[in-house]
Amino acid sequence: MNASVITRRHFGLGALTSLGLGVTRAGAQGFAGLSDSAQGFAHVMPGKVFSFPADHGPHPDFRIEWWYVTANLSGPDGIAYGMQWTLFRQAMAPGGEREGWANQQVWMAHAAVTGAEFHRTSQTFARGGIGQAGVETQPFRAWIDSWQMRGLDGMNAQTVAPLELTASARDFSYALHLDASTPLVLQGDGGYIRKSNGEQATYYYSQPFFTVRGRIGVDDKPVDVTGQAWLDREWSSQLLAPDQTGWDWFALHFKSGEKLMLYRLRQRDGSPYLSGNWISPDGRGRQIAPSDIELTPRGSVEIERHTLPVRWHLAIPSLALAIDCVPLNPRAWMGTSIPYWEGPISFHGSHEGVGYLELTGY
Amino acid sequence: MRRALWTLAVLLSHWRRHPMQLATLVIGLVSATALWSGVQALNQQARISYDRAAAVFGGARTATLVGRSGATFPQELFVKLRRAGWPVSPVLEGRVQIEGRLYRLLGIEPVTLPVEVGNAPTIGRNDLQAFMTPPGRTLVAAETLADLGLAEGATPDISGGAALPPLVAQPQLVPDVLVVDIGVAQRLLHEEDQVSRLLIGKTNGPRAALESVAGDALRLLEPDAETDLERLTDSFHLNLTAFGLLSFLVGLFIVNSAIGLAFEQRLPMLRTLRACGISARLLNAVLVGELVSLALLAGLIGLVCGYFIAGALLPDVAASLRGLYGAEVPGELTLRGEWWIAGLLISVVGALAAAGTSLAKAIRLPLLATAQPKAWQQAQRRWLILQSLGALAIFAVAGWLLWFGTSLVAGFGVLAALLLGAALVLPALLELVLSLGQHASRRPLTEWFWADSRQQLSGLSLALMALLLALSVNVGVATMVETFSRTFLAWLDGRLAADVYVAAANDAQTAEIKTWLQARPDVDAVMQGGRAEVQIDGLPVEVLGLPDHATYRDHWPLLQADADGWAKLSEGQTCFISEQFSRRMNLGLGDRIELPASGGAWPLAVTGIYADYGNPKGQIAVNANALFGHFRELPRTRLALRVAPGRIPALITALSEKFGLDGRNLLDQATVKAESTRIFNRTFAVTAALNAFTLGVAGIALLTSLLTLANSRLPQLAPLWAIGVTRQRIAAIELTKTLSVALITALFALPLGLAVAWCLIAIVNVKAFGWRLPFHVFPFELLKLVAVAMGASLLASLLPVARLARMQPASLVKVFANER
Repeated sequence: MNASVITRRHFGLGALTSLGLGVTRAGAQGFAGLSDSAQGFAHVMPGKVFSFPADHGPHPDFRIEWWYVTANLSGPDGIAYGMQWTLFRQAMAPGGEREGWANQQVWMAHAAVTGAEFHRTSQTFARGGIGQAGVETQPFRAWIDSWQMRGLDGMNAQTVAPLELTASARDFSYALHLDASTPLVLQGDGGYIRKSNGEQATYYYSQPFFTVRGRIGVDDKPVDVTGQAWLDREWSSQLLAPDQTGWDWFALHFKSGEKLMLYRLRQRDGSPYLSGNWISPDGRGRQIAPSDIELTPRGSVEIERHTLPVRWHLAIPSLALAIDCVPLNPRAWMGTSIPYWEGPISFHGSHEGVGYLELTGY
Repeated sequence: MRRALWTLAVLLSHWRRHPMQLATLVIGLVSATALWSGVQALNQQARISYDRAAAVFGGARTATLVGRSGATFPQELFVKLRRAGWPVSPVLEGRVQIEGRLYRLLGIEPVTLPVEVGNAPTIGRNDLQAFMTPPGRTLVAAETLADLGLAEGATPDISGGAALPPLVAQPQLVPDVLVVDIGVAQRLLHEEDQVSRLLIGKTNGPRAALESVAGDALRLLEPDAETDLERLTDSFHLNLTAFGLLSFLVGLFIVNSAIGLAFEQRLPMLRTLRACGISARLLNAVLVGELVSLALLAGLIGLVCGYFIAGALLPDVAASLRGLYGAEVPGELTLRGEWWIAGLLISVVGALAAAGTSLAKAIRLPLLATAQPKAWQQAQRRWLILQSLGALAIFAVAGWLLWFGTSLVAGFGVLAALLLGAALVLPALLELVLSLGQHASRRPLTEWFWADSRQQLSGLSLALMALLLALSVNVGVATMVETFSRTFLAWLDGRLAADVYVAAANDAQTAEIKTWLQARPDVDAVMQGGRAEVQIDGLPVEVLGLPDHATYRDHWPLLQADADGWAKLSEGQTCFISEQFSRRMNLGLGDRIELPASGGAWPLAVTGIYADYGNPKGQIAVNANALFGHFRELPRTRLALRVAPGRIPALITALSEKFGLDGRNLLDQATVKAESTRIFNRTFAVTAALNAFTLGVAGIALLTSLLTLANSRLPQLAPLWAIGVTRQRIAAIELTKTLSVALITALFALPLGLAVAWCLIAIVNVKAFGWRLPFHVFPFELLKLVAVAMGASLLASLLPVARLARMQPASLVKVFANER
């Protein structure tokens, strides 16, 4: 069993903390202050019984939380695109939610559209308590400014589908329809994941089985797209151990219908920490032993003085899997408050498919 | 290279032997650079502050959305607009009183604050959470902290009893502003869920039409390239700049005189160097190199001096600007790199310009020509005539510019030509006066006195030119400042006649406020005014409705008016127009205009023209009741109050608490005016200081010229001593001579200075701002300046004269032995 599970989602909070909204010791401990003490906030304990749609909504007793969607899309001519929609919540102080401007929640969102030749990003911030951003469950909607993820009529809380996802910025926009019939996947031990040998842990569930149709616009040129999307939901009060510096995260859609979530956590002592979850088409997960994962960087790009390993070789002998991952656009750099790399990839070899790669802490 | 270094060493040896000349040169360059760059630093500082102020108030530099009626509006609209794609950030503004003093309270929302306006206040990332979470923070300028006499972390109570969040100093903030989180501001101002305006960021994603989101509740204000503050203070800065420029010219005169002398004295040396085989090209290069190095060195010293001058004057400038225009300039100097580079550059360019003629002469130096040292000091009648002809030509240019010029540059051209021409014509003028004196004299010693003064003239002329310029600039600026201050004070009195101005949210509130005010014993009068905006010939024109009240009749700054102008105004058929409007439309008393009122065309006769300094728009003043008659839709929400002295802060607090009025619709003019008046006397402490500097510089020029002349004049003085005139007598005669030429120069400077003042007031101001100040002459000021000039001359000549009086007879005998 993996002692420490970490997901890519953690880094997003770095942007919030870098704003000074949370922890200010970014870099001193772990990555972007994600290893700060959770004093006064609720603790993540094993044995939680998830309840939907309630757990689709915010958990303000916990310090941090996110709603995270990525999609691999293609146009009518087969041209590939990627899409990201992320909403983060962070509480500046523990205690019951206060009304109006006194509300201690701060919200942040990132949106991106990626093609082989372009990578457009945007971010926005909001304070809670006044209606500029928030998440509601009945009916389900998560919003910040004009960006929105909304449950459509007849949304099934167990599959969190169908959904409508929209965002627009200066030079791109999208409006997507997401549907799924496979139930939600509880990651780790029934949705409880420990992040270290200490007390760091999160609640974590996913919906990796979305099918997508809709339209993206780049510089006002609309393209009709179809594809697949992956939603992650995670919340916690303390995520990282102090000696964890960054991670390489993979979310892969296999042509054969399986999904793979896999990551390498980099630690100060130089030892890579590997973990994976092999999800069959019916939604059942299977943890992969760290010793069974061979993950090797195969080429890097340099962006704004960061050297980023964007090409990888991945082998899992027990699954007879050996694939090479290549990015759709090696320069999928998120120049947001905390910069990181996140973009669509495709893979070939023993298996084929597409997915998303995230590189943080470089 | 070696050869060049040796040549340089030889050239530099001259300065070792004549340290006074070197000192003169350096002093000239230093003073020129120091004054110029000091003034630039002041201007730059002020402009930085305006930018900061503009950003803090989020008004002029950033597009904003404001309530249609000018009042606050629900923050729900902010959320709606954000959700419709508008990158807006809410601001709530109001006034609070701490220990009797009014402060502007700004509630901002730091998370959505657009980065473009975010530089002030800059909230450190680490401090953001502290700013937003209880107890929050109050960001203030260090000056405000000092004003309050509080340390960081203090939580002063505002009137009403609530405590501010702990104070934290923010260097970028302007004084008298308290910045808090919007939630805190809403609580302190009792404006729950209300905002004053929305700042619009520049990120332009797709957004819904304003009307579809907010109906007609909000109005879009586009950003201004230039703020009102900048327009108002332009005049002040223009005058400062002109002052810096004139000081710079005076400094250059000193440099010119020092370099001229040095070059003349070094001519034999240059010839010897050429004869020794140094090429003309190398020699010239080394000469220029020497000059540039000196200029750089002196420029650097000058910049440091300029920094200190600016630092010393800044509190006064800041006080002036705050008093005059309410512009807040922190009393702390921050300089940009460009300032240093520009200062050094101007020092080098100035030195090269001042040395131009001397360099040209050295470059064309014939190798074998006989040495003619001190040729410069021999009376050159032909040169005088040429110089005077040049002066006449320059005067002609000035006249031409005056007649045909239309731009501001032309105005400055007139000024420059006037000064240059006067300086050039000065030696000829002095020569004329002195020769008249010579013809009138009978006794031999008197005649010698006049003749020798004439002979000495060319040696002193440059120093005297510097004195002339310094004096006339002094006269000019003193006159202008005095005029400006009087006019401005009178104008302030007129335009801010009432003590408090109130703009209510709507007619109902106005009525409510009126009733409330009339019941208060401390309110002497409540007057109803109005304001409309129209277009006349495509130009925006403000129409002011003046209440028919003695407050206005007694104080309105009328420049010209019919005898019964006010009586006619109350009948509603006549109007007063602003000076700018009158100039632009070419309208005078008795002319008629047709006002495109909303109730139909409104014919009006012009019965008065009034001063409206600093307003870029045209303005028409009519009777308030008549205005409401012709513009029926106008809200009757503007009230002007006369309030018992000393009761104003209390009334303002009461008004803002009772009716929720904030800084934009509640103006305390009495305080502004009192502050202005107090500060106005200090305002031109700046100009007084600059005056003293230029005059001092001119005194130094005179001193150095006299010192360098002293030795060379021994051959003229020794024969006098030999025929029995005592050294003391000779010294007295020398002193009298210097003082008399200085007096003539000073007397000549008076009309020139008045001409300069007239140029500044009647040409530069009109061209730059469209309004003209009345021209006053202040005889006492003029007398004082002449006395100061004579004092400076006396001081300058004391040292050489004292030396002469105590000179060893042996030195004088040596003249005859040719052994000097």
